[in-house]
Amino acid sequence: MSSDTYLNLVNSGFTGKLAKQLGLPQPTPLRRFTPGQPLLEGPVLVLGGPSADELAHLLSADWDLDVHRHATPETRYSTVVLGLTDLTHPSSLGAPVLELSGVLKKLARGGRVVTVSRAARTEDAPAVAAARQGVDGFLRSIAKELRGGATANGLVLAETVPVTAPSVVGALRFFLSTRSAFVDGQLLAVDSSAGSLPSSWDRPLEGRVAVVTGAARGIGESIADTLARDGATVVAVDVPAAGEQLVAVANRVRGTALQLDVTAPDAGTRILEHTVTRHGRIDIVVHNAGITRDKLLANMAPDKWDSVLAVNIASQLAINEALLASDDFSDAPRIVSLASTSGIAGNRGQSNYAASKGGVIGMVRATAPLLEAVGGTANAVAPGFIETEMTARIPAVTRQVARRLNSLQQGGQPVDVAETVAFLASPAAGGIAGRVLRVCGQNLVGQ
Amino acid sequence: MARRTPAAAPETTLPRAAYVLGGNRIPFARAGGPYAHASNQDMLTAALDGLVARYGLQGERIGEVAAGAVLKHSRDFNLTRESVLGSALSAETPAYDVQMACATGLETVVSLSNKIRLGQLESAIAAGVDTTSDAPIAVSDRLRRQLLDLSRARSAGQKLAALAKIRPKDLAPSAPRTSEPRTHLSMGEHQALTTAQWGITQAAQDEVALASHQRLAAAYDDGFFDDLVTPFRGLTRDANLRADSSLEKLASLKPTFGLGLDTPATMTAGNSTPLSDGASTVLLGSAEWAAAHDLVPLASVVDSEAAAVDFVHGVDGLLMAPVFAVPRLLERNGLTLDDFDLVEIHEAFASTVLTILAAWESEEFGRTRLGLDGAFGSVDRARLNVHGSSLAAGHPFAATGGRIIATVSKELHRRGPGTRALVSICAAGGLGLTAILEAA
Repeated sequence: MSSDTYLNLVNSGFTGKLAKQLGLPQPTPLRRFTPGQPLLEGPVLVLGGPSADELAHLLSADWDLDVHRHATPETRYSTVVLGLTDLTHPSSLGAPVLELSGVLKKLARGGRVVTVSRAARTEDAPAVAAARQGVDGFLRSIAKELRGGATANGLVLAETVPVTAPSVVGALRFFLSTRSAFVDGQLLAVDSSAGSLPSSWDRPLEGRVAVVTGAARGIGESIADTLARDGATVVAVDVPAAGEQLVAVANRVRGTALQLDVTAPDAGTRILEHTVTRHGRIDIVVHNAGITRDKLLANMAPDKWDSVLAVNIASQLAINEALLASDDFSDAPRIVSLASTSGIAGNRGQSNYAASKGGVIGMVRATAPLLEAVGGTANAVAPGFIETEMTARIPAVTRQVARRLNSLQQGGQPVDVAETVAFLASPAAGGIAGRVLRVCGQNLVGQ
Repeated sequence: MARRTPAAAPETTLPRAAYVLGGNRIPFARAGGPYAHASNQDMLTAALDGLVARYGLQGERIGEVAAGAVLKHSRDFNLTRESVLGSALSAETPAYDVQMACATGLETVVSLSNKIRLGQLESAIAAGVDTTSDAPIAVSDRLRRQLLDLSRARSAGQKLAALAKIRPKDLAPSAPRTSEPRTHLSMGEHQALTTAQWGITQAAQDEVALASHQRLAAAYDDGFFDDLVTPFRGLTRDANLRADSSLEKLASLKPTFGLGLDTPATMTAGNSTPLSDGASTVLLGSAEWAAAHDLVPLASVVDSEAAAVDFVHGVDGLLMAPVFAVPRLLERNGLTLDDFDLVEIHEAFASTVLTILAAWESEEFGRTRLGLDGAFGSVDRARLNVHGSSLAAGHPFAATGGRIIATVSKELHRRGPGTRALVSICAAGGLGLTAILEAA
């Protein structure tokens, strides 16, 4: 993994002062999750109307946090939660937002701002829809304004979903915690009240059996580690040629290694057979295996196009077909697929890759309804610039620029992607279906 | 002290079945290749770790692990135990070393499965490893004696006297050899004598070699080895495998053995196994242990027979012992060669396979040497070494048994209940070890 020398320099001594005087970007090292870590350090301010009362109760009674309902001057808040589900007119946004304004300058390093609002619909009264959609623009803007490793994210609830629904609670906790360190400026939709809260927030995947493809290294390796840390039994899958690294991962997470080319016609049945035979069940499948064969379309050789589409999307479709046909994949199953910001915003020289990753987004959207009857979901995670062996090969200057093109002014770590995958794979995320969650530090490209 | 109540009698009547539950090996390399700087312990540990990862055995206390190497440094007196300690298995897993030349790997399978059959073990790992790249090099016997004298010398004078006895020529290292200590002939030269004795042609040998390469390559392409082989040090397939081999290419190779004989020399580098590096493991267990660990038995190890020939004084070739072991083994089990769906005859040389088959097909040999009414029988080539063997895969001596057992067990399981396999391995010293396996 490449190290971010610039980030180290601006956070130490003389070089730090110099960078400040020159007005250079000042990225802050992000705090990551470790089991047993307190959810928040410092008081939480909960603002907004009646729905904010329910949120405040959750935070103080269930999670034992120091909750304030009104800003106390000179208090350094770790988090501000805005309950905005009751908005009826854009003018009603002013009160909570301006109260937030008063505490922003004293927000703790690595602080959190989370909005909880409702999705704007065409059948809404125009003023209601305007207020609801206004939250979108507002949230994305303050995410860009925050400094010191602080992030702002929003939950957008479907009309019938109460703020106490498992996925609202689960997603709120994810956004408050260090698990979401590199998720910034995102609005995550909660579609239903499905899902269940875990008995332990530190081991939400206890008793679940997860398959991770492309698990031998990089992001896949981190996903395997993270799912295992959260309590899952992990089947680590990668191509036979990557077997040596795969063994190290499987033995570390005390799972099993399955050497398999995901493009093999029988990949789905082999995954099912291995996982169910050896571990008795199959609950989570993380489609992480992927390749890049970058070329401008004008110079694209057919094999470069075909191989990227075959590995990155066709294999997932075929494996999902086998999963959907199996009775074993029926206990609130989870499919989490790796998309990419390239698949959302496009990227020069990556027409094949972007087509495959855009395909992933379409696939999860259409797959989620097929799993609804068994309490299952399919979602995608779209990483932005992540510090991996792959991005370490980008030329130095391009790499430096790419890292700074987001609100957190740094690249993410593989574990940031892994934490988001683990959240979407968790029982609490059952009400989030067919969605894409970006892990990009609010990258400037795309939405 | 309270008297211990005796353990409840086992419900299963002994002997019970011992099963092959799976296997793992690293790709076999040619000597001096990618494993040139890997030790036996490195390779055996990697093969064990791959097995652990495939079957989820992290921290598991296995009943016993037995393994060995043919070319083994004296400091590796506890090679298997040291490899277990370096692996992801429980450090409380006992282990022991075995050495039976090229039959080492199969012998570990046989002895451990017998312990399982007797109820002494619930689980076991049989393994073997060899490196011809990282082979131990010994000092000459004269130098060794003088160094030992030196270590025993007490006064400066005695030490100087001991040192003074060392001559420059004593300093030449003594490299390990694969030649027979009693005949000083290499294994290839021995086999050349047998090849000539049975009149085996180069064309026939090349056909065996070609089939071996083609079948091994096809098995890799089909993904057959996906759950049998784990890459090591960048090598993902057996380095010796030549998928594009042809009879023309094989025929163009110059003979390397039997050049001094009156008969035409027929044995080339193409139809003989190369010096190789590699390691293999086989997971064995009782039905109860397999069920408790959600593992599917692939095949049971039914019976085994060893034999030896007097190649020093007698008429039998060095590698012909299986010719005698198999008839005894089949007689005891009431079987004939026709009862086997799969026959694995280790390809030390292509002509080893052909001379063994020729002896079994010979009426005269059957009557005079095997005490039968006629020929012992013949083996349908379609059933012989169906996924290739040592000519293509390479032959790290002690690792070959594990390669064959894991491969044939998977194939038996694929073919289903009632199928049966015969395994035959020849070894230095005129040894041969054979076994019967049945699909579970």
